Amino acid sequence: MFAYIVRRTLATIPVMGVVALFVFSLLYLSPGDPAAIIAGDTATVADIMRIRQKLGLDQPFFIQFGGWVWRLLHGDLGISIFTNLPVMTLIEQRVEPTVALTISTLLVTIPVAIPLGVIAAWKAGTWIDRAVMVFAVLGFSVPTFVLAYLLIFGFSIGLDLLPVQGYSSIRNGFGPFLQHLVLPTITLSLFYAALVARITRASMLDVLAQDYVRTAQAKGLATGQVLIGHALKNAAVPIATIIGIGIALLISGVVITETVYAIPGIGRLTVDAILRRDYPIIQGIILLFSAAYVLVNLAVDISYTFLDPRIRY
Amino acid sequence: MTFAPTDLAAAPPVVAAPQRGRLHDLLRRHPTAIAGAVLLALMILMAIFAPWLGTVDPQALAPIHRLKPPSGAYWFGTDMLGRDVYSRVIYGSRVSLIVGLSVAVFSSVVGVALGMVTGFVRPIDAVLMRVMDGLMSIPSVLLAIALMALSRASMGNVIFAITVAEVPRVTRLVRGVVLTLREQPFVEAAIASGTGFFQILWRHILPNTVAPVLVQGTFIAASAMITEAALSFIGAGTPPNIPSWGNIMAEGRSLFQVAYYIILFPGICLSLTVLAINLLGDGLRDALDPRLARRM
Repeated sequence: MFAYIVRRTLATIPVMGVVALFVFSLLYLSPGDPAAIIAGDTATVADIMRIRQKLGLDQPFFIQFGGWVWRLLHGDLGISIFTNLPVMTLIEQRVEPTVALTISTLLVTIPVAIPLGVIAAWKAGTWIDRAVMVFAVLGFSVPTFVLAYLLIFGFSIGLDLLPVQGYSSIRNGFGPFLQHLVLPTITLSLFYAALVARITRASMLDVLAQDYVRTAQAKGLATGQVLIGHALKNAAVPIATIIGIGIALLISGVVITETVYAIPGIGRLTVDAILRRDYPIIQGIILLFSAAYVLVNLAVDISYTFLDPRIRY
Repeated sequence: MTFAPTDLAAAPPVVAAPQRGRLHDLLRRHPTAIAGAVLLALMILMAIFAPWLGTVDPQALAPIHRLKPPSGAYWFGTDMLGRDVYSRVIYGSRVSLIVGLSVAVFSSVVGVALGMVTGFVRPIDAVLMRVMDGLMSIPSVLLAIALMALSRASMGNVIFAITVAEVPRVTRLVRGVVLTLREQPFVEAAIASGTGFFQILWRHILPNTVAPVLVQGTFIAASAMITEAALSFIGAGTPPNIPSWGNIMAEGRSLFQVAYYIILFPGICLSLTVLAINLLGDGLRDALDPRLARRM
């Protein structure tokens, strides 16, 4: 098992290498000469040349890439063009709302979606099953930002129950923090829950058709024990996989959701950076989110060895 | 022995029955898929016949009539420049449908080509699949955002950016199909009898990838429409002078507390279109891939 974990961990290096190469090319190909921007309007050609030399911008592509990766590994994501602050600092300032939103979404989605999928598979063909499937199709079809506005119209403007927009840091009290998080969390949870519920149902249907499930029922085990102890345990690997893959959709959703609810998180930072064409920020954020996605999926892959001890790669 | 002719006469007409029965059967077995197909057909008709559906020029400004709520004259109200939201929403269907269809077609074609090559040529497989893994670990909206940040806002660039984000998924799907196919006796027989490489791909491999790619293609069209709207919504998509559902919603963003209708109607249209395609895709999958259908 240890060898598998080591091998799987090492396999993330080429993947992150491709991401880094893509992200670096983004800045390399971006329009505008950073040396000319830094030098300012009154600079002479010689000034620009000197700055270019100082920044290493006259070096070949792969030498520049190497230097960039080296700085990256030391936690240096570059300097924002617009604010002149280190990208790392800007991201640190914005990280709390995004992490809070992601964690609350996972905390809502998983305990709701997995039981929904289990019940749908157990009651396959009945109205309960059909209701869960309708929920799943709707969850895929209503885009995040459309759902966000529907929820705001209903709960904030119509019923006046929750704040319309904004974010309150957890340092300013738990009540307001939670209040501001309710609607964004529901928004993000819907399609994620739809995805997880659907795969849970499919995976459970497969397992429920197995002989050992019939044996378990035949020897008189309680339904709950059969469903959870025998069936869900064996259906766990595809469910874990989809939770990991779904993180990519969740990240895309966070960017949009933060825009609608005016949450000052990393998603909002992304949108502001696009509008200002602040490439170092866009670069840093893509790297960060991709690294998060790769790490979550590494954790999922490692979890296979616990979920299904038969797995030996 | 007189009963035989009467019996034959009483038998139902054998030829006519299946004709009516087949349509009825299709409806009974896939009611949601048919509903999806009908809804999508209506949306396509709406996009084609947009100029004749009681619309005015979607760009026509009428500052006197700005921010009017829905009424007999302005079915979906007017926006902050006095443009008719109904006309803009109807014309907006063109952008969504064109983007959805183009991305589905381009990413399927490129994905099938790459998938067939990676499935058959080991050295290319090792390199190309690492690249695909890397691209797949960048969330698709972010990947599209990055490409849009490099280029000018145009519909062609939007289609290109979303296609790049979707190609790895098709490639991986096709590669999986090819890897199972190449172990099949009919492919081994073709190789053994000296059939050329491209002929094997064309005759034996390609036809077997059509069904799964068609199913995947519908889901890609749906997700491409959502991505286009999302990109336009945050200001990194279709140029603002083209009315697309995402653009209309972006314009209504700062006004949604006073003029809910600017956001509501394009949002509903987008959701309905995506729903229609998803229902159709589910039906296609049930029909073309019975093994998968049972599992989902």
